[in-house]
Amino acid sequence: MIRTSHLKPGFLAAMLHRLSGIALAIFLPMHFIALGTALGSADSFQSFLGVTHNAFVRIAEWGLVTALGMHMALGVRVLAIEFFAVRERSAIVVSGCVACSLTVGLLFLLNGT
Amino acid sequence: MTPVLYLAQRGTAFVLAFAVTIHLVTIIYAIRGGLTAGEILARTHGNRWFLGFYLVFVIAAAIHAPIGLRSVLREWAKWRGRSLDLAMLAVSALLLVLGVRAAFAVYLA
Repeated sequence: MIRTSHLKPGFLAAMLHRLSGIALAIFLPMHFIALGTALGSADSFQSFLGVTHNAFVRIAEWGLVTALGMHMALGVRVLAIEFFAVRERSAIVVSGCVACSLTVGLLFLLNGT
Repeated sequence: MTPVLYLAQRGTAFVLAFAVTIHLVTIIYAIRGGLTAGEILARTHGNRWFLGFYLVFVIAAAIHAPIGLRSVLREWAKWRGRSLDLAMLAVSALLLVLGVRAAFAVYLA
């Protein structure tokens, strides 16, 4: 059941921040392992990068870049509220954070094609 | 969350805010029209600024992520106590080892 409080911008911001953080925590070790293939040789690294041309992998990458942008933008919002006593208009700020992260994700997706 | 963990997480958040911004701008700039291993390694090989930046990034992430995960697991999975702290220390160590290895891999390759 969705409570009224769950539809408030502050709750949505906290939920998006948390879910994007979990996605990044799961992804990060895999990202490091992939980069670590460069230790073998440039060829093994290149063969890994070949996988990233797959459409499914591209969509997953887009999701992760978007998650990174979103986690950072919403995290900066938390820091601004806690350390700089910023009194925000939540709906506008949260919408701006989400819009910025989607823009970063789209730039990433369109740049790589 | 204890005061020490709170300060560690917020302190690393400040570092990561700058690091993630630089990282996102770099990867979006770097992948224009595709990307090859040679292009990546040409930029990173022997570049001490690159190595230093990503070592700071990795250390901050290895502190920040487990503290955040710890809060999520406490609230959503009701996991508490020493076992949780040890598990999060293991996550931190894993991120640190894999991250430092990755940074050196592209620096030395």
